[in-house]
Amino acid sequence: MWKKLIATTALALVIGGVAEAQTPRKGGTIRFTAPYGSSFANLDIHTSNRAQDEIWAKAIHRTLYNWDAVNNKPVLELAKSVSVSSDGLVYTYKLRDDAIFHHGRAMNADDIIWTFTRLMDGSKAYPGARYIRIIKGAVEVEKGQAKEISGLKKIDDHTIEMTLTEKVDPGYYFYQSMLSIYPADEASKDSFNSKPIGLGPYKFSEYVPGSRLAAERWEKFYKPGMPYADKVVISIIGEAAARDVAFRNKEIDASILGPAQYVAYKADPALSKGILEVAEVYTRVMGLNPTFKPFADKRVRQAINHAIDADLIIKRLNKEKAYRATSWLPLSSPAYDTGLKPYAYDPEKAKKLLAEAGYPQGFEFEWTATSNESWGIPIVEAAIPMLEKVGIKVKIKPVEGTVLSEVARKGEYQAFIWSLSTGPDPLAALKCFHSATPQTACNYTLFKNPEFDKLLDEASATSDPEKRIENLKKANAIVYEEAPMWFFNYNKAVMAYQPWLKGLQPNATELAIQNYEEMWVDESSPASK
Amino acid sequence: MLTFIVRRLLQTLPIIFAVAALIFVLFSVIPGTFASSMSEDGRSVLDPEIMARMNKEFGYDDPVYVRFGKYIRQLASFDLGTSFRTRQPVISVIADRLWPTAQLAFASMVFAIVIGVPLGFIAALRSDSWVDMVSMVTAVSGLSLPKFWLGLMLMYLFALVLGWLPSFGYGDGSFRYLILPAVALGVAPMALLARTTRAAVLDIMNADFVRTARAKGMSERRVVQWHLTRNALVIVLTTIGLQFGTVIGQAVVVEKLFSWPGLGSLLVDSVTLRDIPVVQGSILVIVLLFLLINTLVDVLCAVIDPRIKYS
Repeated sequence: MWKKLIATTALALVIGGVAEAQTPRKGGTIRFTAPYGSSFANLDIHTSNRAQDEIWAKAIHRTLYNWDAVNNKPVLELAKSVSVSSDGLVYTYKLRDDAIFHHGRAMNADDIIWTFTRLMDGSKAYPGARYIRIIKGAVEVEKGQAKEISGLKKIDDHTIEMTLTEKVDPGYYFYQSMLSIYPADEASKDSFNSKPIGLGPYKFSEYVPGSRLAAERWEKFYKPGMPYADKVVISIIGEAAARDVAFRNKEIDASILGPAQYVAYKADPALSKGILEVAEVYTRVMGLNPTFKPFADKRVRQAINHAIDADLIIKRLNKEKAYRATSWLPLSSPAYDTGLKPYAYDPEKAKKLLAEAGYPQGFEFEWTATSNESWGIPIVEAAIPMLEKVGIKVKIKPVEGTVLSEVARKGEYQAFIWSLSTGPDPLAALKCFHSATPQTACNYTLFKNPEFDKLLDEASATSDPEKRIENLKKANAIVYEEAPMWFFNYNKAVMAYQPWLKGLQPNATELAIQNYEEMWVDESSPASK
Repeated sequence: MLTFIVRRLLQTLPIIFAVAALIFVLFSVIPGTFASSMSEDGRSVLDPEIMARMNKEFGYDDPVYVRFGKYIRQLASFDLGTSFRTRQPVISVIADRLWPTAQLAFASMVFAIVIGVPLGFIAALRSDSWVDMVSMVTAVSGLSLPKFWLGLMLMYLFALVLGWLPSFGYGDGSFRYLILPAVALGVAPMALLARTTRAAVLDIMNADFVRTARAKGMSERRVVQWHLTRNALVIVLTTIGLQFGTVIGQAVVVEKLFSWPGLGSLLVDSVTLRDIPVVQGSILVIVLLFLLINTLVDVLCAVIDPRIKYS
């Protein structure tokens, strides 16, 4: 099975590669969609960490690093090279001298320093500040104790030196659009919020709040020959059914599919030819609160993992649009352990474990869930009879997403089901189980294990990448063994695309986020001119 | 008449205050904050310090009575506050969305009036005939159809099958983008108008003054023109006024379905993301529009029917 899964992931990577291999055509319009419900927050991407906003930001902005979807790792974007000190803490970046902002000025070191300092403004609540904190002196700026980030030095116009507080790969920290580099001279003006200026492949041209954002090719983009299309239009279509009609009507070039559409598209001879599947870095789990007495016992938590037939639910309800989860780290994680097998569906073993834990007659708990079709109430309803078989009764507590986020952080739940980001950095993902991580951050199940902490601390301190991965695999295995959650599935993101759209990338961090400069449309597109 | 209009407008003040207080209380007790909405997609864990800072910046740390006092003071100076999400004044956020909603509401009501009122008249004048039956079955169906389903069917038929119209979006704001959402939104008021018009006309047809007119030898055309239409118009106008306001409120579903950038979709997004100032502002604007339209209708009714006094 695992070979099949890995082959599927590899296939996704190959699809991206095949698209790359064709000769790109210049011109036309890429008609992309932002599928995640709400309209864009605003045009200052520093204020939002949501995937929905990153979809437009990728057209207009660029960050110090970018995500290489084909090789599944962060790569330098606004720097040509980087050298690292022997202690792994000082990074010296040679910046691009050919990166030109959309108002015509070349990017320099001051822009990066200004952007990172802005993000650390303690009077504002920029979500990207948490990533900048790994730079020495950033916290002092955040607290108002300093005006400049001491660990960020301009060597010359195109060289900066960055001193980190811990040994991490900064690529994982500085690739998201909420850390986009702004032009220092323009970004402080009020007009920037309505007319953003960036370094991206497309220059902002129009925004209709709640409807669409359009951008035109930036001729001075630093990647030779790119972007290919003249224009990109990103339409906000939150309703899956409406997106389906628009896609079939050839009004949009790509659409993210849900389970029901996935089945329909796969069954359609024409539509099935344009499907891109990726194992995304999201793990769907049922978090078990150890302050609820039964869940304090590891055997009960393991019993729940044995009691629910996850494979059956994935087949019947997720329509195979998910991969069975083993532990916390997802398939595409470099620290994913192929040797680890998922908990087997075994009600008898579950009953035995419950009896050993002192619950031979089972117990009742409240399960907090949203209405999400892939990891919400429909899944809970399918699991209820399975849990009843081993004596566990469930009461559903329906909530909306915002409330789920709040109750999980406050620990005001007995169990919850959620889809959580578990990558791409395995170290950052596993830190959610470090005892030093508060529940309000992401240690929702109050996980505490000294052996786990030690492994993670060693992984953080080492400069040896192999040892780091080895430690992370072991730490992930401890999470598996301790079962603070029911490990349900890893998301299989599916995008349908029109035959004329080329250059899509199998982005495992979030499939809807694409580097538009790599995409192009051939002459058969209705918007080819 | 001016006194009447001023008095009606003044009467709206306590209503607006009551609505403002109600929205404030409601969103003070429901769980979830803007900060927690930012990690709702499970993609990016929001740092607890940043969440605390957001809560402080947006006033969540203040006691409810302090926030309420601040809110009322702002309202008194016509300030709806600042959006948590866009960090722009709520008034400008709403202003961006008001025109698309006005377009949609107006177009849907034009559709409802043009189809519904004649349908009701015909049904009443041909009472108990097959025309009446077909008209009323159509009207009842129109009232029963869920807007979401109807919208999808319209998209499927007119965009996908026939290829006549675009299935979604605002486009360049032109009429062809407006047709499908306007019809989806206008079917229910059209059905209600048809039924109300029919009932009103039937009622007036049996009135003494109509019988007297006929007994005096007045032609049927003149009876309809002078007596039925004018008298039925008051009831029809009142229904139109009520429906106009209702349509603005009900645009939520249709706007989301058709990716129409109006006040309804703004309201849904803002509720989901707990952008409370925008929620409060949007609801207040919708209530205000409802009250203004109905005041206007009251004035029109008084103009049409002199028996209605401005007092």
